[in-house]
Formats: sequence, structure tokens, C-alpha cells
Amino acid sequence: MTNHAIRVQGIAKEYDIGSRETGYKTLRESLVEAAAMPWRRLRRLGGHIEPNAKFWALQDVTFDVEQGEVLGIIGRNGAGKSTLLKVLSRITEPTRGEVQLRGRAASLLEVGTGFHPELTGRENIFLNGTILGMSRAEVKRKFDAIVDFAGVEKFLDLPVKRYSSGMYVRLAFSVAANLDPDILILDEVLAVGDLDFQKKCLDRMKGLSNSHSTILFVSHNMGAIQALCDRCVLLDKGRVTMVGPTTEVIARFVDQHRASRQYVRTAPPLAEPTVMAASLDIEAGAADGQAAVAIARIALRAQAKARIGVWLRFKDALGVPFAFAGAGQFDRADLVALAPGDNELELVVPVDGLAIGDYTVNITTIQPGARSIEDLDDCLSFTIQRAPRPGATRVLEQAWGYGSMELPVSRGDVRMIEPLATDGTARASPPAASGAPIAATNS
Amino acid sequence: MGYMKPDERMEGAGPAMPPRASEAQRVTVIRPSRGWRSLDLAELWRYRDLFGMLVERDVKVRYKQTVLGSAWAILQPVMTMVVFTVLFGQFAKMPSDGVPYPIFVYAALLPWLFFANSITTAANSLVGSSNLISKVYFPRLLIPLSSIGASLVDFAIASSVLLVMMVYYGLGWSLNLLLVPFLTLGIIFAALGVGTLLAALNASYRDFRYVVPFGVQLWMFVTPVAYPISVVPEAWRWVIFLNPMTGLIDAMRAAFLGLPLNGSAIVVSLAVSVLLFAIAVAYFERVERGFADVI
Repeated sequence: MTNHAIRVQGIAKEYDIGSRETGYKTLRESLVEAAAMPWRRLRRLGGHIEPNAKFWALQDVTFDVEQGEVLGIIGRNGAGKSTLLKVLSRITEPTRGEVQLRGRAASLLEVGTGFHPELTGRENIFLNGTILGMSRAEVKRKFDAIVDFAGVEKFLDLPVKRYSSGMYVRLAFSVAANLDPDILILDEVLAVGDLDFQKKCLDRMKGLSNSHSTILFVSHNMGAIQALCDRCVLLDKGRVTMVGPTTEVIARFVDQHRASRQYVRTAPPLAEPTVMAASLDIEAGAADGQAAVAIARIALRAQAKARIGVWLRFKDALGVPFAFAGAGQFDRADLVALAPGDNELELVVPVDGLAIGDYTVNITTIQPGARSIEDLDDCLSFTIQRAPRPGATRVLEQAWGYGSMELPVSRGDVRMIEPLATDGTARASPPAASGAPIAATNS
Repeated sequence: MGYMKPDERMEGAGPAMPPRASEAQRVTVIRPSRGWRSLDLAELWRYRDLFGMLVERDVKVRYKQTVLGSAWAILQPVMTMVVFTVLFGQFAKMPSDGVPYPIFVYAALLPWLFFANSITTAANSLVGSSNLISKVYFPRLLIPLSSIGASLVDFAIASSVLLVMMVYYGLGWSLNLLLVPFLTLGIIFAALGVGTLLAALNASYRDFRYVVPFGVQLWMFVTPVAYPISVVPEAWRWVIFLNPMTGLIDAMRAAFLGLPLNGSAIVVSLAVSVLLFAIAVAYFERVERGFADVI
């Protein structure tokens, strides 16, 4: 008998792009859609294939997870990580393939799924617990552990809408952390909550995996992946490109997306304004190698006089877009005027706040009216490497998972509000909403 | 007090893991399913606690969120009764099978409003739970099934007014009352059937959001709520009995007020309700797997 907790064999998931649109629809849209529906069905039956109507979010995904193992799933945005988790959590069915899960599986794709703001903490623990797959008796048995772990005992009978966001997250996570399933599927859930609590949850999950649980873990936080996972699966465009020890997979992942710094168009130019070449340089600032500006030089060929928008999108090493800079994005007066022939455009972007690490840049050219001409994904890249500011000991690094950009802070003086009372404790002040005394949160 | 120490399990000093031999043997297989599939009753049973919690949530939230709380449950049928009594009873002189018109109409409004409110909430239940559906697995059927709990509580509260009226008018105290629980069950089946069907349709075609309130209104007028069946010409009676609510509402009124019962109409209506429920569940199970993708 094998002791695979999870076997994933040849999973594929196809989405109908038309049906992926969600959100509010007007009556007219609904009616038009409803009227078009039988016609579309007929055409489909007649073998008519609509161009681009289908999209494979996952293709031929195969891997095994041993019992007790912690497996990380990494990949850039849109690589299919969330879809894979949804298939494994039985939220959506695969189009092809088969998954076997041995034992009780629970998934946590969001913290506090099903929490109702009007209900009290106590009521929500039961509601959330049963939603996650526990029985009422099981929640009752674990109730004290959940409350202890979250540190919210004083607020148990208060509706959770009165909770601070920190308390809310702690309570929600605590229910999940006490689930004790055989298989736990976790999406980016550690991105919320304060640092201490994140640490506590990580430890708690480590405790889980050391006993018997198998954990599947998706995160953009490479630090968390590195600390927690034995092995990793790397997904790219819906396919598994690598399965192996965490360190090696992370190295490949970061490597793969280090595109060349230069871009040169090899195909003939379009009828519209075309990016023929682009490059990006980091010009160091005055003091000891401090990065100051990124200069993007973009060669554009136009067949006729034209006015276009040129957009830069900055992504971190994991492919997450985090910043935007552009000419002519929101204001027509800002559009880049091109003369017939070859033009060179220089865009200078301050990058002083960027964390140490690798970045890629996407160039998009736009016709007025927001139709894109070209969308050059990851056509440029650069690396930020710098020494700490004078007097500082460290520089923000991407790998920490605190974000890719440090925003400037201006800070006022520290004012003393209330001196310590004679017995040495701080006087408690009533919170605005509840009227109950504020308890010091876990430290 | 204190947190559970993270290493508690590693050391083996903490509470031992409960044995889970049967659970560990259970293998869940996920693979694409096609066509009709049968309802997994064992799974529904495993999730019975969630069903209970969802009902509890709806009931609690309903009475927490409104200022008047349970008064709404009484106001809606009572106000409707007053309007109907003035319009149909006083102005239109609607016959009422020899019973005072107010209690005649209230005895039918009570089950009708329960049915109408149930299918309206059930129809919106899936779309309203999209955050759950896209984040966690459980049998989706629980959502429309559990949605009528709050209406059932309203129904029970509003029944107290009927009891007061029965005392006031001094009628209705007959053995027929014993039928009320069974008829209520019949209405629950009918409501769950229609509600589940509408919930599934509403998830795929949002038009149903607009269709439901309008349809419910029309449905009331083809059901003998404000009028007795006797006002319908003999030749057309069979048409009105195609509507499963006709038999149920009429029987409910007869049960409350001690009027003569139409046995065959009750049996047909109950059968239609159960059939409707079965069809709705089958359709729901067929389309269920796609909900997370369209919702």
C-alpha cells in the first residue's frame, strides 16, 4: 500500500471565457445574453468553434504528495495555482484527470469564509467550523483551544462586526488552525494578520505537519515557502514545469523570469506605431551606489503622425505587478506625439524606494481610447542592489515578503498622552464601539 | 490561559491525536462527472450539522437585523389580511364558504406567504452565498434547502394570530387541525422544489431575479387565497387544480377552519409537490458542479 496522501493525475481545467465574467449584469445584458444563448448553443452543436472562447487554466497536471509532507505550489499570477487549489478543494470540477485524497481534507482559500458580521464571535466559531467541515460536537470540543489561540475570550459575545480587523483575522484563522484535518489546502492565507500571529500560525501548521497532516501551500511569500515546505511544484501557464526540493524549485522559479534587459523586435513593424527596441538602465544616485532612477529608452516606428500612450508596468521577481508608470495614461494631453519614421522616447522613473531584488517591466502601447497596440510582457528587466542608507543597518529586500516598495514616511513627534498610573499599569481607555475594556492583544 | 504551544504535538506531551482509522481509509476521488448523477445522501447526512448551522444563522440574522424583529412576521400577513378584507370582503362581497371573510383569507394567507417567502429566499440563496461557493466545498443543495428556515419560523409566529382569531370567531376547533403538520410538510416540499429549481436557474441566468417576485404575485391570484374554489366555474376547476398550491392552500384552510376536505385534491397536490421536489433536486445536482465557475 502506498502512503500517498494526494495523487493528482493528468488534471486539466478548461474555462469558458464567456461564462467566467462575474459580477453585476443589467437586465438588458441578461436579456440579450439569454436571447443569444440558444443560438450560441446551436452553433456549438453544429461544430462551430468560437475563437478564444475557451481557456485552459490547467493542463496535464500530475504529482503526488506523501503523507505528512508539506508541498508548496509556486508560480506567477495566472499560472493556475488558484485553479489547482479549487480543483483539489472540490470547489470546481476538473475537465479531465483524476485526484485521490486520502482521509479528511479541508481547504482554507480565504480566512473567515462564511463569517457573518451580525453574529457573535461564539456563533461564528460554530458557523465557520461547520462550514470548514467539522461537526458541532467537534467544534464544541475544540472551542476553548480556538478561543485561547485567537485570544478573543473577552469579546466572544460581541458581534464580529465590532471586532478590529486583527481580532477578526485571528479568530478566523484560529478556527482553521484547530481543524486537524488529514489534508490541509492553504491559499495565500498567511498574507493577512499581524506578524506575530503569522509566526504563530506557521508554527502551529508546522506542528500539524509533524504529527500526521499533509499540507498543500500556495504563497507568494518565498520566505514562508522556504521555511515550511519540503518540496515544491512549479506551475507555469497551467502546466507543471518542475517538482523537487524547495530550494531548487525556488531558484528555478526566480531564474526563469529573469528576462533579457534589452528588447529588439525581430518581426516586421505593424501598420500602427511599433516598439522596435527598448532598453532600461538604472542610473545610480549620488551617494554610494544608491539607486536613483530607471531610464527606459524606447524606439518607436510610426508610419504616420500618431499620438499614443506608452505604459510601463513593474513586476517583482514573482511576477506580481506592483507599480505603474506611463505617459498618456489618464490624460490625453499627455499622449506621446510621434512623427512619421523612427522616434526615441525616454521615460525616467524614480526607483529609490524599491526593495533589493529582480524586477521585470512590461511595455504596453495604447491608442487613445485605451485599445492596446502592443503588450510586451516582461520585455525589460533590472536588478536593484544597494547598500543601506547611512546609519541604517539593512535594506528592504523583496525576499522578506514585506512588499517591493518602501514608501516615504514623514513622521510627527511622539506625544505622551497619559503617564503610567502609580501601580505601574497603563490606564485602560474604552474603545469607541463596544464600551468594553480593551484587552492588550497577544504579545 | 495561554496559547497552544506550537510544539505540543511534536513532543507528544499534548493530547494524543484521536484515532481516525476509518477516516484515513476514506479516499475521496475527484474526477469530471457527466450527465445526471444520483444524489449522495450519505454525504448530505455527514453535513447535517452545517445544515443546522445555516438555518440557525438565517433565523438569528433575520431577527437581529430588523428593528421590529418578529413583529414583521405578524405585520406582513395581518396587513395583507386587512387590505384583502376591505377590498374583497367588503367592497367586492367575495363569498367565503360561510366563514367570516377575515379568518377565511388569513387561514390561506398564512400558508401562502410561507410558501411565497420561502421560494423567494431560496431563489436568491445561491447567488447570495457566492462567497461560500467559491471558497469552500460542501453539498450545494444545503443552501436552498436551509434557506427556508427563517420563513418557517415566521410562519409559526404568524400562526399565533390565527389561533387568536379562531378563539375570537369561535370556529375551527376540529379534528381537521391534526392534518396541519402533514399539509405543512407538503408545502415545505413544494417550496423546496420550486425554490431549489429557481436557485439553480438564478445562478446561471440572472433574469430570474426579476422573474421571481413577479411570478410569485401572479401565482397568488391563480391560487384560491383571496377567494374560494367555489367561485371558479365548474368547467375550469381542473385548470386551477393543475397548480399544486391550489390543493394545498385550500386543504390548509379547510384544516384550520374545520371546512370539508377534498381528499383527492390533497393527494394529487402532495404527489405533485414531491415530484416537483425530486425533479428540482435532480436538476440542481446536474448543474451544481458548474456553480463555482459561473457565480
